[in-house]
Amino acid sequence: MQGSSQVLDMVSPGVSACHGCGLEIAFRTVVNVLGPRTIVVIPPGCSAMFSGVGGETCVRIPGYQCNLENTAATLSGIRAGLDMQGKHDVNVLGCAGDGATIDIGLQSLSGAMERGDRIIYVCYDNEAYQNTGNQASGSTPLGASTTTTPGGKPTYRKDMMQIVAAHHIPYAATCSISHLEDMVKKVEKARDCGGTAYLQLLGPCPTGWFFDSDQSVKIARLAVQSLVWPLYEVTNGTEYRLTHKVSKPIPVGDYLKSQGRFSKITEEQVAFVQQRVENDYAALLKRVEG
Amino acid sequence: MKTMFMDGNAAAAEAMRLARIQVVAAYPITPQSPIAEGLAKFCVQGTLDAKYMRIESEHSAMSACVGAALTGVRVGTATASVGLALMHEILNVASGLRLPIVMPVVNRALVAPWSLWCDHSDAMPERDSGWLQLYAEDAQESLDLALIAYRVAEHPEVMLPVMVCLDGFFVSHTGMAVRVPDQSEVDEFLPPYHTDNLLLDPDKPMFVNPLTMSDEYTELKYQHKIGADKAEQVLPEVMAEFAKKFGRKYEPVEFYKCDDAEEVVVTLGSMSGTASYVVDQLRAKGQKVGLARIVSFRPFPHRLLRERLAGVKRIAVLERATSIGGAGGPVLAEVRSTLTNLPVRVEGFVAGLGGRDIPPATIEKVFDHLRTAEPQCRPTWADVRSDAMTIREVVQ
Repeated sequence: MQGSSQVLDMVSPGVSACHGCGLEIAFRTVVNVLGPRTIVVIPPGCSAMFSGVGGETCVRIPGYQCNLENTAATLSGIRAGLDMQGKHDVNVLGCAGDGATIDIGLQSLSGAMERGDRIIYVCYDNEAYQNTGNQASGSTPLGASTTTTPGGKPTYRKDMMQIVAAHHIPYAATCSISHLEDMVKKVEKARDCGGTAYLQLLGPCPTGWFFDSDQSVKIARLAVQSLVWPLYEVTNGTEYRLTHKVSKPIPVGDYLKSQGRFSKITEEQVAFVQQRVENDYAALLKRVEG
Repeated sequence: MKTMFMDGNAAAAEAMRLARIQVVAAYPITPQSPIAEGLAKFCVQGTLDAKYMRIESEHSAMSACVGAALTGVRVGTATASVGLALMHEILNVASGLRLPIVMPVVNRALVAPWSLWCDHSDAMPERDSGWLQLYAEDAQESLDLALIAYRVAEHPEVMLPVMVCLDGFFVSHTGMAVRVPDQSEVDEFLPPYHTDNLLLDPDKPMFVNPLTMSDEYTELKYQHKIGADKAEQVLPEVMAEFAKKFGRKYEPVEFYKCDDAEEVVVTLGSMSGTASYVVDQLRAKGQKVGLARIVSFRPFPHRLLRERLAGVKRIAVLERATSIGGAGGPVLAEVRSTLTNLPVRVEGFVAGLGGRDIPPATIEKVFDHLRTAEPQCRPTWADVRSDAMTIREVVQ
């Protein structure tokens, strides 16, 4: 990131994230782009390690730890309160996991998107309830073993970006910790879009996905290269644009085999995922071409 | 001041307008909807300068109110019944964060069975949510108690949210001539809201509500308890100031003909008017009876009740709620606990559930029962039908 060394770090250098945590890279990036005139709302989950404990916090910006399912409604309330005081310059940022967003927080987020409240909602997707020890969520991929899907998850994940796009909010995008410059641009666009912005951000989790903690960025890159996690943005729910083109995709199996959580996935399931990923990507390209 | 014909809902909405709430997050529910609609209308008309959030559930309504209140503005919402139950989780957040939110609760029975009508089974389970609770008897009180509630809620030594409870339909939809104060009078009584703590402000960054370990959790709950204790002192002071300014007198408990009474019925809300009528009727027959209407259920007026009911022989607690499987209804349990060690018999009565009217006959029956029946630990269901156990029986 060019020039990032000149920016005051909004997040403490020492945090209690797991070794190799993908979220930590993402959170620092997002918060530093948005800067000191930002209020962050964090539900219980991995990002609550930034909230702090007792009298100590890990962020320089004002923050509030909400409940698991009400991040978006809380953000909307904060936005309304700030706007009534003329504090239009303050960014209102939510940083919630996939469980808090895609499962239990879906209604609250849907309401905020429909109203068009000017908030920045970041869903850091580590594909399960990782903070509480790797229980499956609606974002957990097919075949992944978690503590609540010990035999491997039998269903495909929820397509949250399509749900978001159906609300026709001004800006939505996927991000990956393997492509930080892409992420920075998207955070800036989210900040400036004038309405609800949604970023879904892949944050590999060494402890829940079962890989060595020095591999997080590499695994995020494999997700992008295998088309499992295409990088794109959606403006006003209809204008799709790829922000990173993958000319020679690698097989999905290469991504899946890099992680212990897929140790029980069958060959048939791998073939199914490969087909589904290709179909989804083809559909995405079609939308990009309009 | 002007006099307007309005019902309890309209009076509650008018109070919130006069309080100059800045953010509204309300979800409509019977019988509260006219409040949500009324506030929306004020915002469109421009008679209320507030951001109206058309929120998608009561859970989100309270969440949005918490978020807005954390930026330092005065917020407003209202609910009823299952809506209050859906808010339960965030009610405890609002009180634990010491946010002075004032919320009309239009009392309606909880489900099941489905009911649209009044009882207190919605508000009573929230008696331990850390909110204060005031119960209005009519539309005028809906307005007045809401204004009083803001002052108590925002008192620096209290800083707690308040529910202003109004009985569904009996108060919410019953019209009367309501004396509505001028905006300038209310502005003098209720200055703009200001807080320095538990505030989200980029100029003074603070992290609100991080994980709190067991070395401090008890102490923060103790601070919360002290705030509620303080409210027991602040409420009558604010009521006295209100009386001085607006001419209408309130007390945390309204005692009616209790001074020489041998038997007293304790009530809440709209049943109290009927109870005072019955007291008059029985007094005319020479019976020394009285009425103690609890206006403030939280904080519970322990001192007042102990002082004023010390010489009474028998007390009937009549309530529109019960505690199934328990030793007493919520009000009975409080009154008994309050009068510990006093030589007075306290009996409980449940009536008026799911919108059933409480006519004079029910209250007469309560006084009769109090005088003639053997003492009981658990409350008597005063108006249950004799065929209760055969209702909707499945015939094989």
